[in-house]
Amino acid sequence: MNHQFKLLRKESYSGLIGNLLKSQQVYGPVKQEGYTYYKRISYPDEITEDYIIPQMSAKSFVFPKIEKLFSFVKSKDGVRVEDKNLDTIPKKVIFGVRPCDATGIHNLSAIFLWEPEDSIFKKRREQTTIISFACSSADDYCFCTSLGGGPGNTAGSDIQLIKTGTNDYLAEIITPKGAEIVSSNPGLFEDVDSVEKEKYLVRLPVCFDDSELEDKITDAFDTAIFDDLSMKCVGCGACAFICPVCGCFDIQDETKGSMGQRVRIWDSCGLRQFTLHTSGHNPRDTQGARYRQRLMHKFSYMPDRLGVKGCVGCGRCSRACPVEINIHENLQQITKLVKIHKHE
Amino acid sequence: MEKLREIAGELLKSNDVKVVIGYTKGMNNKVTPFFAKKQEDIAKLICGNSCAQNLAVYLYKKDISDLGKPAIVANIHTLRGIMRLAVEKQIDKKEMIILAIDNAGDIQKLDNLSDLENYLSSVIPQLNEEDQQMLDELNRMTPGERMVFWKQEMKKCIKCYACRQACPLCYCTRCTVEENQPQWIPVASSVVGNLEWHMMRAMHLSGRCVECGQCGKVCPVNIPIHLLPVRIAQEMKTLYGTSTGISLSEKCDMSTFKPDDKENFIG
Ligand code: SF4
Ligand code: SF4
Ligand code: SF4
Ligand code: SF4
Repeated sequence: MNHQFKLLRKESYSGLIGNLLKSQQVYGPVKQEGYTYYKRISYPDEITEDYIIPQMSAKSFVFPKIEKLFSFVKSKDGVRVEDKNLDTIPKKVIFGVRPCDATGIHNLSAIFLWEPEDSIFKKRREQTTIISFACSSADDYCFCTSLGGGPGNTAGSDIQLIKTGTNDYLAEIITPKGAEIVSSNPGLFEDVDSVEKEKYLVRLPVCFDDSELEDKITDAFDTAIFDDLSMKCVGCGACAFICPVCGCFDIQDETKGSMGQRVRIWDSCGLRQFTLHTSGHNPRDTQGARYRQRLMHKFSYMPDRLGVKGCVGCGRCSRACPVEINIHENLQQITKLVKIHKHE
Repeated sequence: MEKLREIAGELLKSNDVKVVIGYTKGMNNKVTPFFAKKQEDIAKLICGNSCAQNLAVYLYKKDISDLGKPAIVANIHTLRGIMRLAVEKQIDKKEMIILAIDNAGDIQKLDNLSDLENYLSSVIPQLNEEDQQMLDELNRMTPGERMVFWKQEMKKCIKCYACRQACPLCYCTRCTVEENQPQWIPVASSVVGNLEWHMMRAMHLSGRCVECGQCGKVCPVNIPIHLLPVRIAQEMKTLYGTSTGISLSEKCDMSTFKPDDKENFIG
């Protein structure tokens, strides 16, 4: 992983955003009533650097909470269906994405670009450039390092900016998309010779050993641990909707008279209706069974089938949970379980 | 705290009570609901002003009912929640012990609903200062300004239903908002649809909401959504002079007709 580094001086930083604003939509972390959200900006100084992690993840740039798939009109001659016009998906650059959120988009791609590829997701991904900010601070809920990530993780980013002691930025160029931004902004990026990225990153201790997590959680399938961990769960969608990697969706028709559209909307395995059959039977009839699905999907099924975890350790679900269910704590408990037998 | 643990310990020992629903300190020092089932769990129980969640929601959850007869640590919100659930015949036949805790930390063991009614007869429900301030601010706005305020908030709503799930009075197992045959309210999250959903929820809670504020506390995107049902609760008080979650004989105002009901809101 030998990425090229450049220096972006603080005087050039606003210039870069200004230039980008001329050619595409620009988004970044913006403060709103004391909370930070990724929002569209019109001026460089709307972007804040005073945040640990935005309230909502960056997944909506590639997997929005509501996505029109196609529209339909019913007439005497039948039903006319019109696919979503992919050319309407605009080019966007997102500033200040946290490394965990960028990794989230990377892991989400493993779901949506699994054969057959999802064309809408693919187009959104292609049209989106991610300029991440490495983390110089973290809070009690962050645990990316325990899952193999870190404050300077580059998965999913096109460029990563690392703030230096002089308030300038080191720019790590990760993808061709990132390189293109550098080459199309001549004069803003300078060469650097020595790079000590690590010293600008927050140190976040590793709290559990994730090498055996997949085996242990898979072994625990038939145990009561999931019932115990989720006894206080009230069964909402907060943890899934706020998660950068949760990709489950529901399909609904929104109609008005004889026309309408089919939309894809976020769904959550925590909700009772998620697996409710038309017959009234529900194969996941208890909150324990639902919480087991949540954890198994993230730490057993996804690693097994897609080679990536369904969790990047951003801690959002724990911050958002109405009853303080803390996934970091839960994973620590699961990794402490005595191993029963090894899976092939 | 010691007194609570002592009583809870005895209840579990007597084997009459199978689980004590209360609070504990979780990770990062956060207060979180806790279910004490064994003697060694007792030392983890805590109480105090930070134990503010309305726990009544757990009284009708299947996974917890399956454990057997509960004792429930109850602040004023939980107490009113229990009373209202009993009035609405959700838990009126349920065997349980209520450990009522007042603001000063004094504990009283209530063995049944009439004990609870007695206890509550001396309580005057009062909204906390912060909520009252926010409501005053909303009341000062013109209807147009209020619409702008709520539309702005509705943009943030992700329809996660945390507000509904955490509310003790939102116990319906099938909610209109998820029905799509026919569709009453858009299932997808959009500004107008979200507004419709929250108005529907607030109306369904009118004369039932016990003003605990739980729905607003849990919103992951910090929408003060409790102000809608709480505002309506105040309206109900002005119109009919009734409070909720206080007495076993209270009714559901919105579905009760009296010949001398005020009708001055009909235009
Ligand atoms: S910590 Fe929670 S919200 Fe964050 S990636 Fe993991 S499961 Fe998702
Ligand atoms: S956010 Fe918490 S209460 Fe809601 S489904 Fe997730 S774990 Fe359960
Ligand atoms: S908890 Fe907040 S975001 Fe979730 S549905 Fe309720 S108001 Fe909307
Ligand atoms: S304040 Fe909210 S949570 Fe509490 S009873 Fe009223 S509607 Fe339910």
